[in-house]
Parts: sequence; C-alpha cells; structure tokens
Amino acid sequence: MTDLLVAEDLRAYYRHGLSGWIRAVDGVSLTLREGEILGVAGESGCGKSTLAMVLASIARWPLCVKGGRLEVAGQEVPIRSGAATDTQHRGTVVSLMPQGAMNSLNPTQRVRDFVFDVLRSHDPGTTRTATAERARERLDRLHLPARVLDAYPHQLSGGMKQRVVAVISTLLDPRVLIADEPTSALDVSAQRALLALMAQLLEQGIIGGIVLVTHELPILRNVADRTMIMYAGQVSEVGPTEKVIFEPAHPYTQALMAATLVLESATKRQRIEGLEGAPPDLSQPPTGCRFHPRCRYATEACAEAFPPTLHPGPDHDAACWWLAQHLGAPQPELGARAVEP
Amino acid sequence: MTGNGAAPLLRGIHLTRLFGHGPGAVRAVDDVSLELRRGEIASVVGESGSGKSTLARLILRLLEPTSGQLFFRGEDVTRLRGYARRKAYWTHVQAVFQDPFGSFNQFFPVRYVLRSALRLEQHALSASERDRRMAGALESVGLDPGSVLDQLPHELSGGQRQRVMIARAVMVQPELLIADEPTTMIDASSRANILNVLLDLNREHELTILFITHDISLATYVSDTLFIMKEGELVERGDVARVTGDPRHAYTRQLFADTFSLHGRPWQPTAEGSEL
Repeated sequence: MTDLLVAEDLRAYYRHGLSGWIRAVDGVSLTLREGEILGVAGESGCGKSTLAMVLASIARWPLCVKGGRLEVAGQEVPIRSGAATDTQHRGTVVSLMPQGAMNSLNPTQRVRDFVFDVLRSHDPGTTRTATAERARERLDRLHLPARVLDAYPHQLSGGMKQRVVAVISTLLDPRVLIADEPTSALDVSAQRALLALMAQLLEQGIIGGIVLVTHELPILRNVADRTMIMYAGQVSEVGPTEKVIFEPAHPYTQALMAATLVLESATKRQRIEGLEGAPPDLSQPPTGCRFHPRCRYATEACAEAFPPTLHPGPDHDAACWWLAQHLGAPQPELGARAVEP
Repeated sequence: MTGNGAAPLLRGIHLTRLFGHGPGAVRAVDDVSLELRRGEIASVVGESGSGKSTLARLILRLLEPTSGQLFFRGEDVTRLRGYARRKAYWTHVQAVFQDPFGSFNQFFPVRYVLRSALRLEQHALSASERDRRMAGALESVGLDPGSVLDQLPHELSGGQRQRVMIARAVMVQPELLIADEPTTMIDASSRANILNVLLDLNREHELTILFITHDISLATYVSDTLFIMKEGELVERGDVARVTGDPRHAYTRQLFADTFSLHGRPWQPTAEGSEL
C-alpha cells in the first residue's frame, strides 16, 4: 500500500490577542494510505477540525500554519501561511467536506448554479447540462430528489443541505477527501447513505483515500480502517480501528471509550460515567504529556517530559509514560474496561 | 414513580398540527395521542421532518394545535389565552433545546440568563432568595456557582453551556421537562455527563422528562417508554424493553438496523450496493 498523504510535525496555531497563540495542532504526524479511511476522533477542542483545515490547505487568519510538511499524492504541498496554493489543488487533489453545511452554500444561488460555478472553475469547457447530470446522479445515491438542484439553500432542510454539500465536495473526484463531521446533522438512515456513498467512491477508486473526522466511535468502528485519537492538539494513539476501540493502549482512549454510549439491549440504565474534567487551555498547554492533569495513571514523570511513542502492537502507536512502564509486563487494567460486550 | 392508576401528568388527545392551507398543507403532527405519568422518562424518536419538534412545541404551548386537546394535571391547557396564563404554564413545563450556543445572549453572563428565567415566578423574589435558587440550580447540574455565574457564554464549553441551560430550566422547579435533542451538539464523551444530570434530577425530584431525539440508542439508554414517530404519526409506542426486544413496526426495526453499533459484525457498506 502506498502513502497517499503524509504529514509530518504539523503545527497550526490560532492568533489569540496581541501576542498569544492557541496551539490547536501541535506536532501532528500522520499518513493516509491509498484506499483507506483514516478516522480522527477526540473531544471538542482537541484540534481535529483544525487539522482537517490544514490538510485541506484552507487555513486562514487567525489560523496560522507555523511548521511541518505535507505531501499529497507524491507532491509537496506548500502549507506555510502566505504560501500560494495551486488553484487546481483544492477540489481535485484534496477536498474538504465541511461540518457546517448551513454556511457552505450560497444563499442567493440555486444549487444548480452553485454546482456549475464550482465545476466551471476547474474545467472551463464544462456545460450546465453536463454538471447538472453529474450532480443528479450523486444526489440520487443519497436519496435526494433531482428537484433540490433547482432549490435555494433556504428551501432545504439541514440534513438535505449537508448531503448537497457532501455531493459538491466529492463532485471533482478528489484524490483525498477530508470529511469533517459530515454526519453530525444527519439522522441514522441518512448517515448510512452518506457513509455508503463515501465507501463506494473509495472502492471504485474515484477517491483515493478519506480522512474522516468524527467523535462518533460507532461510526469509526464500522467504516474506518485505522483510527487516530487526538488530545489537546496532539496524537495520543493511532492504530487499526479494532485495536484502538476494543484494546486501547493509551489511558485517554480508554477513558474516551468508557464514556461512550452504546446501543445494546443491556445498555439501559447501566450508568456510563462521562469523562471527568475538561480539556486544557491550549494557549498554555500543560507541560509533558498534555493529558496528565486528567489521567488516573499520571505520575511525576508525566508532567516533566513529552512521552515517548510506543508500539503496543503491529501498526499501532501510542504516546504514554505509563504505557512505557507497563508494556511487556502483564496489563490487567487494560482488560477491565466498561465497554466489553 | 406513581402507579398506572394515577391520573397522567400530561395527556394529549388527537393532537394535530397543520402548516399551510388547502391540499398542500403539511400534517406535521397527525392525530397524536400520548400520556406521560409523573416521574416517567419517555422519548419521542424519529428522523428529521418526522414532526417530533413540532410535537414538543405543541406540548410547550409555543404553537397552537390545529385540532386535538392537551391536558396537564387533568386541566385543559389546549387554549391558553394571554401571556400571563402561558407564563404560569411554563413554571410547570420547561425545555432544554438542541443548540447551547444559540440559547445565550453572548453579551451577558450566566447570572443574567438565570435571573431572567426567575421572572417566570408569580411573585417577586428577594435578592438573597434569587441568589440561593441560582446557586442551588447550578450545583444540581454539577457546576460551581462561584466561578460560573459571572462567566460569559464563550468562556464555557458546549457541555457546560448545556448544563447551564438545564440549570435554568430546573430552577423554576418544573414538573415536566422537554429535552429537545439536548446532546446532539455535545461531544460523545460529555454526552453521558449531561444525561446523568437529567437522570439524577428525575430520580431525586421526580421530574418527568420527555426526550425528543433522532438517536434511538440515546432514547434506549434514558427512557422508560418509547414513542416512535414517522411522518407526523406515532407508529409504535411501548415500554423500552418491549420496543427494543420486539419492535413491531417496520420503521422501528429500520431505526435499530440503521444505527451504528460498536459491537457485533462490522458493516459492509459496499455490499449494500444499489439499494442505497
């Protein structure tokens, strides 16, 4: 399997006040392989949406890319703030399926005209009939009637708008799709249809790979090949989805898993405790491991230095001091999670 | 929880609400009858456009039903004329909405939001009584009144904001709380915290709660009773164990089948093929 997207040590900060920075993405490295869906999960404010913006080359002030390297489909992508991006890059090489569908469409344009503008900017020779035909076919796969093409955004429901945005962001058949919480406004049946469309585009090779940002672990488990867990702007664990969800190595992943509600007949009133505390203020992140103030295994070492990255299994990385001591030794705590079936 | 013999806290009879006129009118809520017992937790589950939020607004008396009747504690509240009478109703029936960002005035601190809710009270409260009520409500949702009261909405996380909204609702000591998608915009790890706050209020104060949600797994987790709504009609209702164990309506089965599960056999999206 070849690497479709390689990011190394990405750092993207939001300007805060006159001299401060909010370190939303702070030293994130990742790879997306050809034909794979990489899930990215974490609490609100962990930097997963910011990471999506950096990967899709749409970072704008006050978000500044301060460092790192990004390579997509073998091409180096200039990501530093101020660097010029090739206009053909966005949409055809990397495309973002954004979270807020409400604000992504032009309120004064019919969907049909908006679609035409998007396609025309990449292919000046295209015709209105051809673009409408192409959009209609994709809309149909998401159970949307062709009449939405003639509608203005305000005539569509939130779920319909989200699906229209999903269609537009994949219309140019990008090599890499960055989907930022694409399912959060959808009910279960529409979620399934959207994820099935993404999986089909991937299987047919129309899209090369997908980075799927979501905090819904059941969705990740069902569609993502590998899952990356972010905390406070950094990667705490990445590995095969089955391993990350059912045998999480990092204490943060364990806590996140235990706090997730799951539909199973036994779930009824079996009290699930949420995560204690709140994520740190990223203008002054904690020293050492950023999770240490909330971690039940934290020791003094955790506050002092950044934890080493360990390999609890094949293709599985986790950055944790506690793990560094316990890896190799018997791990009783790892088996005792609240989410076992 | 009171037995089945007691009069229901809330009873809707043939509630119908149309939007628009003539043959093109949308029957958003179509002949819905339901009962809630005191201390019960029930959920109305349906997809977008099923009419579940319209039903919530009818029960909250924010919308007039086109036909049908609504009884609260045996009293007919279908037509509450005048703001004063509706205001009195809202001291008994309160709501928490989906968007904890839209429910705040961003220029005023939490104290202001809570104080304005106390204006629903029939008689004026003294300043010390007001402070006591606000602090008590915040503590009941697990927030520290000392730090939260003077904070501005943007200084709180989404989960904290939603807890403030719950505190605001319970501060007027309602008997019925309508929770319309209270956790949709909250991230998965804080979701359990918000629900636990509501479940504790139910247990400790016998607060009756009606959840409005599209998430059947959430409904299963919190509810005693499920109402499944589709295209304005209640297509299935029953005890949560019965509905989960033996769903009778095809739509209910569809909802369970479409929900992503953390366990069990992984989904094969491409195998579902053209049916999608």
